[in-house]
Amino acid sequence: MIPQKDRENLKALFASGLAGPVQCTFFTQQQSALAAPGVECEYCKETRELLEEVVALTSLVSLDTHDFVTEAALAKTHGVDRIPAIELKGKAKGRVRFFGVPAGYEFSTLVEDLLDVASGQTKLSAATKAQLATLTQPVHLQVFVTPT
Amino acid sequence: MMAVESPLVTADVIEAIEFPHLSQKYRVMGVPKSIVNEVVEMDGAYPEAQFLAAVLKAVTRP
Repeated sequence: MIPQKDRENLKALFASGLAGPVQCTFFTQQQSALAAPGVECEYCKETRELLEEVVALTSLVSLDTHDFVTEAALAKTHGVDRIPAIELKGKAKGRVRFFGVPAGYEFSTLVEDLLDVASGQTKLSAATKAQLATLTQPVHLQVFVTPT
Repeated sequence: MMAVESPLVTADVIEAIEFPHLSQKYRVMGVPKSIVNEVVEMDGAYPEAQFLAAVLKAVTRP
């Protein structure tokens, strides 16, 4: 999924830029003879392949895959109601999640987030961070994107 | 990025084409489109300060 040259660049980026481990908790739907034979959800396969390629580039990123159907209770506790779903876990104080295949433009967002989650640091200004510290209520941000 | 800094923030990046019912619900016609707590919308990419202002507006609504 990721072109060879990009994979090399990414490997180097991760080697120099990843400050710590990140776990990708991935909810998908496995192929099952009982459900729809031979069919994963439309972009689940691409997402899985993409994540497997990313994980192969660095020992600091791990993939923890769960089935949305057979592990429905776990999906519920994670607040996952649609797939493919990826949650990045590392040093982020809040929650960082991706729904849908993180391809194209969204892929660079995923890479940036992997780096930020690994370090727990971002490039937000001191003023923004100060304001965020004054929050007393939960904030649910939903950012709609497309691959192109 | 805000979700990395604050324990109160959950940031979801949603691929619009795969979830048409969500794109319809939030009337997503162009991307990026950001929704904060279901009440404040931002069409397009906002500079950091304006994005933050929108987030603060969403949580201070009466």
